[in-house]
Amino acid sequence: MTKPPVEPPGEGDAPDTTGNAVPEPEGAAAASPEPAASSPDAGPVTERAEVRAEKEALQEVAGTGTAPQPDQTVAVEAPPVERERPWAVRFLRYLVTANSVMVTIYSLILAMVIGGVLIVVSDEEIRGMYTYFFSRPGDALSASWTAISDAYSALFQGAIVDFTQLELAFQGQVDWTKLLRPISDTLTNAAPLIFTGLAVALAFRSGLFNIGAQGQAIAGAIGAAVVGFGLDLPLGIHVIATLLGGALAGAIWGAIPGVLKARTGAHEVITSIMLNYIAAYGLLWVISTAFVHSTERTDAISKSVDNTSWLPSLFLNANLRANWGILVAIAAAGVIGWLLSRSTLGFRMRTVGANPDAARTAGMSVASTYATAMACAGALAGLGGATIMLSSTSHALTPAVVGNIGFDGITVALLGRARPVGVVMAGLLFGAMQAGGVRMQSVADIPVDMVTVLQALIVIFIAAPALVKAIFRLRPSRGAGLDLTMAKGW
Amino acid sequence: MTTLATAEVAESKAVHGFWTRSVKGGLTYIALGLIAIWFGTRVESGANAVFKIFWTGEDIEVKLPAAATVFALAGICVIVGALLVSPLGAGMFTGGTAIALTAFTLAFVCFSIAKPGVFLPVTATMQGALFLALPLILGALCGVLCERSGVINVAIEGQFLVGAFTGALIGTLTASAWAGLIAGALAGCLIGLFLAVLAIRYLVDQVVLGVVLNLLALGLTGFLYERIMQQAAEQYNSPPRLGDWTVPLLSDIPVIGPALFDQNIFTYMAVALVAIVYVALFHTPFGLRTRAVGEHPAAADSVGVRVNWVRFRNVLMGGLIAGVGGAFFTIGSAIAFNKNMTVGKGFIALAVLIVGRWNPIGALLGALLFGFTDQLQIFLSSMPGGSPIPSQFLSMLPYIVTIFAVAGLVGKVRAPAADGVPYVKS
Repeated sequence: MTKPPVEPPGEGDAPDTTGNAVPEPEGAAAASPEPAASSPDAGPVTERAEVRAEKEALQEVAGTGTAPQPDQTVAVEAPPVERERPWAVRFLRYLVTANSVMVTIYSLILAMVIGGVLIVVSDEEIRGMYTYFFSRPGDALSASWTAISDAYSALFQGAIVDFTQLELAFQGQVDWTKLLRPISDTLTNAAPLIFTGLAVALAFRSGLFNIGAQGQAIAGAIGAAVVGFGLDLPLGIHVIATLLGGALAGAIWGAIPGVLKARTGAHEVITSIMLNYIAAYGLLWVISTAFVHSTERTDAISKSVDNTSWLPSLFLNANLRANWGILVAIAAAGVIGWLLSRSTLGFRMRTVGANPDAARTAGMSVASTYATAMACAGALAGLGGATIMLSSTSHALTPAVVGNIGFDGITVALLGRARPVGVVMAGLLFGAMQAGGVRMQSVADIPVDMVTVLQALIVIFIAAPALVKAIFRLRPSRGAGLDLTMAKGW
Repeated sequence: MTTLATAEVAESKAVHGFWTRSVKGGLTYIALGLIAIWFGTRVESGANAVFKIFWTGEDIEVKLPAAATVFALAGICVIVGALLVSPLGAGMFTGGTAIALTAFTLAFVCFSIAKPGVFLPVTATMQGALFLALPLILGALCGVLCERSGVINVAIEGQFLVGAFTGALIGTLTASAWAGLIAGALAGCLIGLFLAVLAIRYLVDQVVLGVVLNLLALGLTGFLYERIMQQAAEQYNSPPRLGDWTVPLLSDIPVIGPALFDQNIFTYMAVALVAIVYVALFHTPFGLRTRAVGEHPAAADSVGVRVNWVRFRNVLMGGLIAGVGGAFFTIGSAIAFNKNMTVGKGFIALAVLIVGRWNPIGALLGALLFGFTDQLQIFLSSMPGGSPIPSQFLSMLPYIVTIFAVAGLVGKVRAPAADGVPYVKS
């Protein structure tokens, strides 16, 4: 069972033994008799048209609540008609269909709207204006509009491009450093998020909910820092050793909940959260030890890592923070994509994730798969911690060095629907929002916590596509949902 | 289901081999006993462990020779461990565990306070433990209500946070702790409403949903804290304190009297709620329906119980209780709201729920255990002369205890069968 034919991971994951009886409609999958021989659930691997259609029908019902949608028949009949229509009609139809892209976009819009309401409600001055709303509605409305548009404009300009710099550039005074700074910040923020997002996503696919990415990232930051200033290695090798140190520390930390779950059945959600707190206190202790603590400063900061272990700058410009971390993150996403869809281990993980009982029946060791998956996830989160530590200005451990990347990683994984490509895009989006959030705080005086609120709202809407569909009256579609069902019990 | 299946496998292995739970536990306790003996050797000769017990108006000092006490307790630990390893220990696991761990903890405490000028105020420690256990009790009760009806509620942490925030805000604005309490409860209920609608109506995965709701609550309270409270703390964030109530007569009982009957109103509320939920769950039609829906919704449905309605109602009621638990963080002791001030207590409440086996009484006992650990940790790290262990490790203590409790001590737990499984009428 080496390389099962690839299919979009996640959609067909649920092992579906009934699928075996259905004759193969496409020749493409015929080249894979091995999976069927080694496991009874070849269903996930060789996707059959009928099974898929049936499953989607089921999903449709599940996604829309208890009652079957009355317009479901339209959806079934629609495809043949659609092919005849001009592209504009098809495009418009695409816009009002609840497919995964549009649900994501609509979720973003909804989150931004709610965020806007929050901005207005929390502004004392504007609240005052609403007290005399009926005599002069213009005041309140224009003030609200200004507050919201200022905030979101700052968010955008801090993340993508600064308008004033762009104007200057058009006038011929291009200052590359300033023009690229927002993008650079976005990429810098995105790299650790992609790592932790992958850490959560990989665990999701193995049927585990890894809330422990935070602790694993802390462990990774510690591991990387110790290698970074503790070892004396030549340029090039030192960077790799530092990252590996982070990955190893993260893997060890991540393996604990996996082993506990495998051996005692303790739910990984609780154990990994507790390990987050333990790691946070452990970081405080590590920083305070004589070996790690900075020799020059008295506050809680470690020694800086040697500059041979720094990640090379991406834009070859010392004033821009972006470094190769983002490239490593994207490479890691590629590796995870390969791992999940092409490797034996990935197949085992997905099978265990979809149905541990079936996996056990097929002779797979569920316990060792849990442990391996959590260790891999921990290694990824550890890389995230290492990257964020190496991207910090001090290149050292501080009590808040990893920020909140572990928890943000959960939202990244959910938004990316636990697929590597999705995680990279979601990581870039949330990285951009965080970069913009900093500017939003300084320019528009909106606390950065706004970004957390937006992230959470987006993910809530993504997780409930039926809700988005109902709000925007979208046409039903297939596969828009967050097809992640884990943790069916404690 | 997944987890339970794994648990069964682990269990069956354990029973057939030499490495039964009892043997493993016994060896652990022997090891702990040896560590305790090492503690004993480290105690300065002639040092006393002083306990002060509040006894009707004055402190009674109990002085024990520290080294001897530590050795005696360590001996108990080793003996219990040995008993558990031997064939005699088959049925004694629970009791033995309790004795061994208590002995080890006491040995550690004696070792830590065996210094001149240091004493352990027993009554105050018990009071503090109960105080710290209160939000855990309330959070775990919320979990009991939700999960007994088949909805996993991981959002207790979020409910705590919004409860604490709203309690502080409304309590300050109205200058009334009671108004703050009610507002906090309603805020917790609001998160419960989100949970219920999304989990029951829109069938979102409940664990994922809970975690994301926590994030939402964290972001929301953090955002509003900075936007509203930070600029005018006097005006918006100086909550009043919900008063104490000294029960006449009962509070005069030595030792436990002041700890139990001279307390914050929250304490009485929590204890009353434990009793109410217990009776309601196991001795009323309400509880029967709840449990039926949590165990076998299809069967409950077939006899006319409205499954999703029962779940909806329970999640909302749970939200109210968790909101009260949250309000306790601020108006329970007139502490201003701060970002992420609940530091994972909601998750510990979840662990308490599991350790307490989805039972209100069990949750109460579990919460007291955690409260005690937390109080001990606070006492030891703020002790004059400092603790022999770095304070960061002491701070980890409640979390480590949680992991051990969930992973090992409780043995096999069984969640309600339909916990976390949405009910779709077919």
